[in-house]
Amino acid sequence: MLALVLVALLVTELTAADWRQFRGNLSSSVAAGEKPPVTWGETENIAWKIPLAGRGLSGPIVVTDRVYLTSSDGFNQDRLLVECFDVKTGVRRWRRSFQATGRTQCHSKMANATPTPASDGKRIFAFYSSNDLVCLDLDGNLLWYRGLTHDYPNASNSLGMASSPVVIGDTVIVQVESQSDSFAMGLDVRDGTTRWHRKQHRFDNWSSPIELPGKDPAKSLVLLQNMVGLTALEARTGTEAWHYDEPSSRTPSSVVADGIVFIPSNGLTALRPAADGKQAPEIAWKDNRFGSGTPSPLVYRGRVFTMSGPIVKCSDAANGKLIWQLRLKGAFTSSPVAANGHLYYFSETGLTYVVDASGPKGKIVSENPLGATILCTPAIADNSIFVRSHGHLWKISR
Amino acid sequence: MTGNNLALRLAASLSILLLTAPPSLTAAEPDELISTIKSVDKKARGNPAAARAVAELSAAEPAVLLTVLTAFGDANPLAANYLRSVTETIVDRAIAGKKKLPRKLLEAFIVDRKHDPQARRLAFEILARVDASIVDRLIPGMLTDPSPLFRRDAVARLIELAERLNKEGQADLAGTLYKRALRGATDDDQVKAIAKPLRKMGEKLDLPRHFGFLTQWHIVGPFDNTLNKGFNVAYPPEKKIDLKEKLTGKLGPASWKLYKTSNDFGILDIAKQISPYKGAVMYCTTVFEAQAPRSIQFRLGTPNAWKLWVNGRQVFANEEYHRGMKLDQYSVPVTLRAGSNTILLKICQNEQEEDWAQRYQFQVRTCNVSGIAVHSSDNSASLPRLKETQP
Repeated sequence: MLALVLVALLVTELTAADWRQFRGNLSSSVAAGEKPPVTWGETENIAWKIPLAGRGLSGPIVVTDRVYLTSSDGFNQDRLLVECFDVKTGVRRWRRSFQATGRTQCHSKMANATPTPASDGKRIFAFYSSNDLVCLDLDGNLLWYRGLTHDYPNASNSLGMASSPVVIGDTVIVQVESQSDSFAMGLDVRDGTTRWHRKQHRFDNWSSPIELPGKDPAKSLVLLQNMVGLTALEARTGTEAWHYDEPSSRTPSSVVADGIVFIPSNGLTALRPAADGKQAPEIAWKDNRFGSGTPSPLVYRGRVFTMSGPIVKCSDAANGKLIWQLRLKGAFTSSPVAANGHLYYFSETGLTYVVDASGPKGKIVSENPLGATILCTPAIADNSIFVRSHGHLWKISR
Repeated sequence: MTGNNLALRLAASLSILLLTAPPSLTAAEPDELISTIKSVDKKARGNPAAARAVAELSAAEPAVLLTVLTAFGDANPLAANYLRSVTETIVDRAIAGKKKLPRKLLEAFIVDRKHDPQARRLAFEILARVDASIVDRLIPGMLTDPSPLFRRDAVARLIELAERLNKEGQADLAGTLYKRALRGATDDDQVKAIAKPLRKMGEKLDLPRHFGFLTQWHIVGPFDNTLNKGFNVAYPPEKKIDLKEKLTGKLGPASWKLYKTSNDFGILDIAKQISPYKGAVMYCTTVFEAQAPRSIQFRLGTPNAWKLWVNGRQVFANEEYHRGMKLDQYSVPVTLRAGSNTILLKICQNEQEEDWAQRYQFQVRTCNVSGIAVHSSDNSASLPRLKETQP
């Protein structure tokens, strides 16, 4: 027993620096304790650059000493790929391919591999626009495969889907919403069986579900944001806990910080959930100046950062008071990430702005080119940034 | 090495061991394991047993590969992905361990067109990892292969060669190669790359026939689709098709009229050829003649919401507006009966006012599962007969 406890403790410590899903372990986009570089170029602070086998807007995730990434390939984007790379060397450890079982059509800017995969530390959950959900162990052995289009043949969007799965406890949750049909589903991580599913409103939606941690982990909630608001469900059962019924954005996703839910709704709305987790939350503050484009809002060191077009706005997370705003250049699809006092904004042209997160005014610390189209949200782990284009995966590291 | 690092490495090793420990082996035969894998279904029934079978079968020697690949033939799409994973795991381990793969058997499997196209392609990719020469050896012979991926590769090689010859002034030879490439091309990018130079050379091409587009339709409407409510209203054509019947539509009397398209990609543009109706439902019908009962695919592209009936049975519907239009956007498998088959298409336009939300059009083609055109056996039969038919 002692040995098992020791192993559990050590594994917990070992995986503390994981980046296990879209915008990190708690969907916060923040990598606590990490110190990635603030400058890089084609020959500076690039630990490795690896060619990829397919396209993707999905971000990399990092579990222990490995990077996992999904891609899609083929004229019809129907070849689904999951690749695993060594964090230190970039050497590919394995690659698995699958044949899509759902519709693969996407806008030319998108890819079937747009959702970022997720992990519970033991398994990888790769999800695609075609509603294929693949579960592999960390060594690439297939554990189970679900083709959710079989159950919901009309849940698709001809522009492509983007919502990333989230793992809460032993449930992996997907949110699939389109004009023609919509659903959310919680599946048992062990065998892919359906724990719960519910019909959702039929509106296009590309935002991703997030976790609202409960005092009792078994009671953690999953938050589903869409055009009609935000719904909190018990992650394990799908039972509705509460609902916020103001229209919300359909692309940027909400974020939770210090128990407050920041929703891209009416600009930005800060919700304080009730202590019992069941009553409707109260609105702490809201401000229509802090709308978000595609990048999701980010809360870091007591400040909330939103981005609309190339404009970054920084406000006090406690009350919404505007602190500064800063104009960057270009278009941004990637959500920003934060570490060691800095914010990282990857533009679509691959130019990355590193911004000082804590100063009295918005300040660009550096501008760093990668020379490729960057549409994914990067991962931070091993004091490094992992980012992909359609053609390559980089490790940016000192 | 610090004590902490040592502890972390120990923990990593222990955790990986715990996570990758093989299930208890029962030494089941490959056929038995494959049968277990094939039992997975869309509700995840059979997943745990299939995962155990995958683990056990993945540990087998490369000699089992042909058995696994052959099993794709009658596996459902989910089970085929389990078998794919087994195949790749065995191959990865064999290559890493410098074990021999059954190359001759794999090559024979690839060229045998009766096997599952996905399994053949997977076998091809496996062989290409250890023998790059198979690309040049096999792909040229795959111009009319049932596998669209093999055909695409074969067409691409011919296009590349034809382009080079054309630039070098050998137009006659280039033209011959382009025409040969067209025989296998079913993807629109390749067809466009072939048609443009061929037409410059003076060739007359019937691309609608090449793709199998339905180019003549009787159309009636508009019926009301205000607030998108008409999508689920069964207007008279859904109950009975009588091309002589006078109907009442959204704007008054409505009657069936014949419309044709000569667009290369079979697009019948309601907004341009009829009227840019908003909040409208249009019904379109045609007849497809089949010499014998057979399975085909209806492949449809449209930026509008739609429903499709074949011989009175609704085969699919999709209520999506203005999210793009693409060749083969939707693929609907249909079983036709011998003789006349009545096709009814309901196309709905919403009331959005944005510039990008004004298209009101569709394209429908009939093909086999591989994308190769299947034509109505009566070339004139795409003209609906002027008689009452039950949809």
